[in-house]
Amino acid sequence: MLARIQFAFTVSFHIIFPSFTIGLAAYIATLELLWIGTGHERYHRIARFFTKIFAVSFAMGVVSGIVLSYQFGTNWSHFSRVVGNVIGPLIGYEVLTAFFLEATFLGIMLFGWNRVPRGLHVFSCVMVAVGTTLSAFWILSANSWMQTPAGHEIIDGVAHPVDWLAVIFNPSFPYRLAHMVTACYLTTAFVVLAVGARYVYSGRYPEDGRTMMRMALGLIAILAPLQAFIGDAHGLNTLAHQPAKIAAIEAHWQNEPGASGVPLVLFAWPNEAEERNDYQIAIPHLGSLILTHSWDDTFKGLKEYPRDERPPVAVPFFAFRVMVGLGIVMILVGWLGVFLLWRHRLFETDWYLAPLQHIWPIGFVTILSGWFVTEVGRQPWVAYGILRTADAISPVEGWAVATTLALFVFVYGIVFSGGIYYINRLIARGPQGSAVEPPEGVPSRPLASAHKATRAAINHPGE
Amino acid sequence: MTGLGMEWYLPVIWSLLLAVAIAMYVVLDGFDLGMGILFPFAASETEKDQMMSSVAPFWDGNETWLILGGGGLLVAFPLAYSIVMPALYLPVIFMLLALVFRGVAFEFRHVADTSRFLWNIAFAGGSTLAAFFQGVLLGGFVQGIKVENNAFAGGPLDWLTPFALLCGVGVVAGYALIGCVWLVMKTDGAAAARARARAKLLLPAVLVFMGIVSLWTPIAFPRIAERWFTTPNLFYLAPVPLLTLVLAYAVWRWLEKGHDNLPFFGVIGLFLLGYVGIGVSIFPYLVPPSLTVWETAAAPASQVFMLIGTIFMLPVILGYIAFVYWLFRGKVREGEGYH
Repeated sequence: MLARIQFAFTVSFHIIFPSFTIGLAAYIATLELLWIGTGHERYHRIARFFTKIFAVSFAMGVVSGIVLSYQFGTNWSHFSRVVGNVIGPLIGYEVLTAFFLEATFLGIMLFGWNRVPRGLHVFSCVMVAVGTTLSAFWILSANSWMQTPAGHEIIDGVAHPVDWLAVIFNPSFPYRLAHMVTACYLTTAFVVLAVGARYVYSGRYPEDGRTMMRMALGLIAILAPLQAFIGDAHGLNTLAHQPAKIAAIEAHWQNEPGASGVPLVLFAWPNEAEERNDYQIAIPHLGSLILTHSWDDTFKGLKEYPRDERPPVAVPFFAFRVMVGLGIVMILVGWLGVFLLWRHRLFETDWYLAPLQHIWPIGFVTILSGWFVTEVGRQPWVAYGILRTADAISPVEGWAVATTLALFVFVYGIVFSGGIYYINRLIARGPQGSAVEPPEGVPSRPLASAHKATRAAINHPGE
Repeated sequence: MTGLGMEWYLPVIWSLLLAVAIAMYVVLDGFDLGMGILFPFAASETEKDQMMSSVAPFWDGNETWLILGGGGLLVAFPLAYSIVMPALYLPVIFMLLALVFRGVAFEFRHVADTSRFLWNIAFAGGSTLAAFFQGVLLGGFVQGIKVENNAFAGGPLDWLTPFALLCGVGVVAGYALIGCVWLVMKTDGAAAARARARAKLLLPAVLVFMGIVSLWTPIAFPRIAERWFTTPNLFYLAPVPLLTLVLAYAVWRWLEKGHDNLPFFGVIGLFLLGYVGIGVSIFPYLVPPSLTVWETAAAPASQVFMLIGTIFMLPVILGYIAFVYWLFRGKVREGEGYH
């Protein structure tokens, strides 16, 4: 149990940083391409500013990631032995194709500003962005395989690969990848939006702040609703492959005899001991409508699974509601912002800007909730249908695990607060360009450049 | 093993590849950890900046080799990974936590003002402890791991022996040495002069540690004595210690004569010779003294799949790493940084 808490802690800590740096790398690369394309010094200044923040987050991501690559063995040695043949190469490819690429070109990205030609610097930023995305590709493939294993056979209790393409592109992988990469972009967009709002609201670096806000809002207004569709498709895929997880997410205990359709539980207190929901508020048929896209079809309730094959209910149930709730907030914030931008009121609307400064954690909380849903929902399995979490653990004595758990909490506590503190300090210092922005455009027509930036953000979201 | 089919070659190829990855790690992260070990001895804050700038563009890439080491073991020898990691649980975690501290210190120190001295301590302490526990891991690995039914069967403190602790101190000294000769190559002025003087102190110390380990292992572990001191092995292997002595003398001369680059490459040579020595002592065991590379190997299909990727990717990786080192070639002058 301690080993599980420890791993949950280190992995949750780690995921915060990649989910930010994947989006941020893409954003910096986009800025640099805009800089090359338009010649506006503004993009260069913003890129340089976010590169400093990127450096701090990336360092924290790297060091917490190294920890994980060893914890598969220190905490889950039996897991490594049983599924190492399949999971190992996926992680190996991640190191070979992604980690070296991003870590090496990061050197140029951070320290090459005055040393390399502009084109090479842009190229390095693109390489770092490609590296972070490839890394997401492989690690999500490995995770998806643990959720929906495919392309393997079990010989003497150990998984052996049969068809690598089936392993990599296992059933849940495309959905999970799309869902996660979009989530990363949204997370970053909300951090950029909050930083921009902070500058615009306080009147410091307003020009850069406006550019940040326009780019972020353009992306959010498109991606946040798109994410809802991807999430829906991901949910249907989960229903097909991991129906018990869906039953837990919906706190759906049984299909009432005589009644048709599954209601959607808006709120409840899942009571696992008595296998029912307390204080339930539900909308009839909506559950069927969402998950089967029909009025009357049903899906299996939790009681149809033996107790020892059911995931815990409370965590997936609540975490899912947090995720969806925040997703709706994201859509509304994005659309409202674009509406205000369209009405030329965005940068003067204080009631919108003031709270927006503090919205930066929204993506992180949403992503963590999503991971709680999918990881806890997979229980009691660590590799679905192959190996139970309880059987995956290392033969290490409890006190040793307790000691290191305490150390991890202590060290990560210091590192995390230090990271937040220093990132906040970088934001307070603001973008300090070495060059001065040449005057361009006329103040009476701010919309022209606004449209251009928004269009650019929409046209190059993946770079 | 009968016949020399794929089941024989693949684990051998993989153990060589893994050895290359670990050697790359030891050399590359060796000098940047070593630079951290030397950090408290820097004369001034500007010298510290200069030292840090000399490795700042590279350290991320250097530590990636450590992930490849751990990942590679999981990929190619999952059984060994699943035994070695729990056996060396505490030193592995201590090393990782030390690396966390020193890694973030790179960036935090740069942004900090008043708390900068704290991150200096974190950087130096993290680097030194990480090096120490890497040595302990090496010692714990060489001295052997208790295995029953293909799983670790010992206690969490089995690794804690005088031999392992000695290896820990030895690795700290070794990394400090390679850190010194790195600074001789990459800095100038007072920093370089001090590094040169320190290298001359550290070189004999490192030789003494290498000597103690070389004598201790065959005395304490008969399997290692058998490997080295039986004919004809003795004749094949004799060049290893002899070359080590010759090269150590050459490094000393190069330092005396004021060469900037040669000492660094000489010390790399010393590291590799020591490394070969350890490899000779251990091979073909991957979990000494019970499990060999063949017994712990992954399914051939997994090893082949990964091998294809490695054959394509490794030259590319080495290519762009070389490019970055070339790009940031030359000395870091006092008061100069890349930021």
